[in-house]
Amino acid sequence: MKFTLSWLKKHLETSANLDEILLALTDLGLEVENVVDPIEALKDFTIGKVLSAEQHQNADKLRVCQVQTDEGELQIICGAPNARKGIWVVVAKPGVFVPGIETTIGVGKIRGVESFGMMCSEREMQLSDEHDGIIELPSGKVGERFVDWLADNKPSKVDSTIEIAITPNRPDALGIHGIARDLAARGLGKLIDNEVNPVKGSFPCPVSIKIEEDCLVNTPVFFGRVIKGVKNGQSPEWLQDYLKAIGLRPISALVDITNYFTYDQNRPLHVFDADKIVGNKLKIHQAAGGEKFIGLDEKEYTLSSGMTVISDSNGVESLGGIMGGLNSGCTDKTENVFLEAAYFNPIRTAYTGRELKINSDARYRFERGIDPAWTPKGIEAATQMILQLCGGEASDLVKEGHIPDTSRFYKFDPNKVQSLVGMKIPTDQQIKILTDLGFVLTDDQAHVPAWRPDVLGEADIVEEIARVASLANLKGIPLPRMDVGIPKPVLNTAQKREQTARRSIAALGYNECVSYSFIDVGSAQLFGGGTEATQLQNPISSDMSHMRPDLLPCLLKAASRNQARGFNDIALFEAGPVFGGGEPNDQDFQISGLLVGQTSKKNVHSRIRNIDIFDVKADVEATLAALGAPEKVQIRRGGKSWWHPGRHGCICLGPKTVLAVFGEIHPKVLKEIDVKGPAVAFTIWPNSIPVPRNKSATRSALNLVDLQAVERDFAFVVDKEIEASDLVVAAAGVDKQLIQEVRVFDEFIGKEFGAEKKSIALTVRLQPTEKTLTDAEIEDLSKKVIEKVANVTGGFLRT
Amino acid sequence: MENLRNKYIQAIDIAGDENALEAVRLAALGKKGEVSLKMRELGQMSPEERQVAGPALNDLKNEIISAISAKKEALEDSVLNERLKSEWLDVTLPSRERPAGTIHPISQVTEEVISIFANMDFSVAEGPRVETDWYNFDALNIPSHHPARAEMDTFYMYRSENDDRAPHVLRTHTSPVQIRTMENTGAPVRVICPGGVYRADYDQTHTPMFHQVEGLAIDQSLSMANLKWVLEEFVKTYFEVNDVELRFRASHFPFTEPSAEVDIRCSWDNGQLKVGEGDDWLEILGSGMVHPKVLQAGGIDPNLWQGFAFGMGIDRIAMLKYGVPDLRAFFDSDLRWLRHYGFTALDQPNLHAGLSR
Repeated sequence: MKFTLSWLKKHLETSANLDEILLALTDLGLEVENVVDPIEALKDFTIGKVLSAEQHQNADKLRVCQVQTDEGELQIICGAPNARKGIWVVVAKPGVFVPGIETTIGVGKIRGVESFGMMCSEREMQLSDEHDGIIELPSGKVGERFVDWLADNKPSKVDSTIEIAITPNRPDALGIHGIARDLAARGLGKLIDNEVNPVKGSFPCPVSIKIEEDCLVNTPVFFGRVIKGVKNGQSPEWLQDYLKAIGLRPISALVDITNYFTYDQNRPLHVFDADKIVGNKLKIHQAAGGEKFIGLDEKEYTLSSGMTVISDSNGVESLGGIMGGLNSGCTDKTENVFLEAAYFNPIRTAYTGRELKINSDARYRFERGIDPAWTPKGIEAATQMILQLCGGEASDLVKEGHIPDTSRFYKFDPNKVQSLVGMKIPTDQQIKILTDLGFVLTDDQAHVPAWRPDVLGEADIVEEIARVASLANLKGIPLPRMDVGIPKPVLNTAQKREQTARRSIAALGYNECVSYSFIDVGSAQLFGGGTEATQLQNPISSDMSHMRPDLLPCLLKAASRNQARGFNDIALFEAGPVFGGGEPNDQDFQISGLLVGQTSKKNVHSRIRNIDIFDVKADVEATLAALGAPEKVQIRRGGKSWWHPGRHGCICLGPKTVLAVFGEIHPKVLKEIDVKGPAVAFTIWPNSIPVPRNKSATRSALNLVDLQAVERDFAFVVDKEIEASDLVVAAAGVDKQLIQEVRVFDEFIGKEFGAEKKSIALTVRLQPTEKTLTDAEIEDLSKKVIEKVANVTGGFLRT
Repeated sequence: MENLRNKYIQAIDIAGDENALEAVRLAALGKKGEVSLKMRELGQMSPEERQVAGPALNDLKNEIISAISAKKEALEDSVLNERLKSEWLDVTLPSRERPAGTIHPISQVTEEVISIFANMDFSVAEGPRVETDWYNFDALNIPSHHPARAEMDTFYMYRSENDDRAPHVLRTHTSPVQIRTMENTGAPVRVICPGGVYRADYDQTHTPMFHQVEGLAIDQSLSMANLKWVLEEFVKTYFEVNDVELRFRASHFPFTEPSAEVDIRCSWDNGQLKVGEGDDWLEILGSGMVHPKVLQAGGIDPNLWQGFAFGMGIDRIAMLKYGVPDLRAFFDSDLRWLRHYGFTALDQPNLHAGLSR
């Protein structure tokens, strides 16, 4: 919402200066977003008189002028053709910044002659594009500030323009009158509330109006009248200046007048060319749907059923509350005008505007809610201005429907105000604030003025008082603790795990990413997503059309971008939500990590190697351990399609619970996302990790045995696809008491066993607890290990 | 006796290596060594003779033992010195690479915020990012025709033809978590809700996803003055300054009443923010007293309970505190950015040591 200071002063009698007004506006909740104050840029320019102008001896086009200024006679060199003796000019003395040429004037020599200032054109002071010569003022006083001269002679040129943000609850502040009311309530002056006297019609209105029964909800009241014999054309300079200052293009007197009231009083109006209303009858009704309508913006719209329209016998002529039609609009040739002032329902207006994507000043105001009670005054005030500026003769007023009754009241409790705001505001101040805002107080009730559709309860009354009394005065009061004493921990298990996982993985060398939750459909499909249910209706680009089903596509895309920037060794991770479907409870939480490239850069200490699945397996195990996952897990295959089928493992607890997956990414997926491999990754579902039943911080007792442990190595030849973990489990099962650990220390695939076999070597560590083992006992146990492993795996001891 | 001593001390002195030294030891102190034999003769002496010869022999034995051990050490030292002389490394060679990961600023700042509010008894609540329009809008006093809905640039989820429910949305703020929390816990309650939110906007200062933290405190007599204190304490602690001035400005949010935007006093020095001093004001959050309709939507009786809520951008306060210039880069996963603006795993924020290093 834009307005100028002088326009505001038509509604507010005030001695406050611009800064005070700006501060108050922001503090009242009408946040000042921008101020253009031409005075600031021009305040140092003064008026001078040219005493003489002689030809410069070294330049044809320059004159050496003697200028009378407030600092005495100054010599100024000037190139303007109109620089001559006797004219009043605007002078920039040395030290003054000239905005149009972005230069601070200094003392200098121009072609060998000294110059002590500059005489300015309008363009040089950014007043207009005029640059044919320097300004010649018709009158003046030597030394007078140019801005003071402008204020007296051309006030619109020094008018400050103020732009404020309007929150959706304040339609009343979409009119300058409403803004003035707030400032007056704050104590910045007196609201000027001029009476609007009705204009007496001199003939019956030739256009009749009718609101269809089913449209009365959406258009409860409609006023209209014809003014005949008007002369449309350019509006007067003051009106044009007002509109231009707030960024509106003057169109014609009639249209400018409607725009004036839109901003002045938050009262949108419409003018029809009365001669274009076919059949002299306007009908306000619901669109049937499918009608075509060409708006004043010259675009064609197809209407939906239920939209509020105004039709003559030719068809739809106007979209109620949103935009007039091109066919019946006023032009310079309009002689007879039909003026409309109606009240259109905010909700209907919002839906229609949203559907047709029309953002007009009228829609903006009607959908937030105008003052319905001011409708009759609006049409009278506009009639007066039309008669004044365009001449003509007004008909009687015609009215259909009834002004909607918005009267309502809420409890006003001064103590409640203090309790909610936490600030002492004396009761009489509270009463004065409400009264100044137009509330009527009776007993303990506050009656809401018609221009405040947003006030819908006691809390709103509190807000009005608080904001006008100023929240700037609020002093903080300590928030008492919920319980006395040291604060309790606040994080739950899942939250703690998330933090632990992040820091564990970062400690392993991964860089944390936060990626957008939406990705392109192709990438989503590679990871089991890309369904309709996870699709956005209105994505901002096709790269962001679907909710991500998994974190890995995001990490892979990030890796691809980093590779394109020349980074080849990459370790990324993310912890965040993934979306299995389109419902709120389809969301899951994942942590994924991705390694690409080599384990390190080329270096003097060791040969570099590609990262592989066992790097990522170590990381996933370390993270699971940090999260408190059980040590005993099973590793299965059968993961999702984006893993390399033979090179991945699912870390499981029993047949159903998958804690994590690690492995190589499928080469086809890498190709699709354009990542140069090798690439290994993991995904952890921290919420699948069971919460330990024992919450105690106490550790189990440490049992140290001093007896010597014994290690024995065994190498077995087994089928190639027998898994090492089978051998380990078999060996460990031979004597659960005695066998403390079974470690795989070698895998060998070589010609001597044939292509279908391999050798796996184990170290079995025996820890006696009661007495040292004898050779016979060790021998006996070794035999059992060999037997058991051979039995379970079908392999044999390598000899 | 003196001859014996001289003989062996000299022999020890000239022994060139450990083997030679061992030979000397055996010759003197071995089973058949000269000194040992002499000691064995003590038994045949008279008590008077023994009185003299005994201690003398013992002294000699001890002297020889210590001379041998001193010589042994000297020999070892010279061997070691020889070895050390040959052992030279170019210590300017680079060290072994050790991986160094980073924590994203959003995670770091979220933890900072949690640690501050935890100290004021606020726990942490989360909720789904795909929301029903009831939780995201209606429950927050934003009915379907409300202009705020249009202004929020909401992302809508696909809705199939045969499903006549209103389409779900990507939550435009974390406020739905407040409703869910009120439903779950009732009053009194203190909670903060950090997390990602979405708006269909992309330019220099807007990304379609960003992060918010909202706070909610409901009790019997909480006021805006308590809210102001909480925010003052938060801002001071977060920005790690001793004092800060907050300015409350009236504003409007559908879910609070009265509502206020909050500015902090600050100055800008070469694009670097200084909080607590200067002539500028920086808008950092929105807040207010929870609207009675919102309490009702969360199942709390507004006649018995009242409280405040506030919300701010995590990415934004991260940018302000750590001088990160561009919001869009937060979500770009550029390794250079992650390494430069990220935090180490050990930088876990806490209040006793200070939030940042």
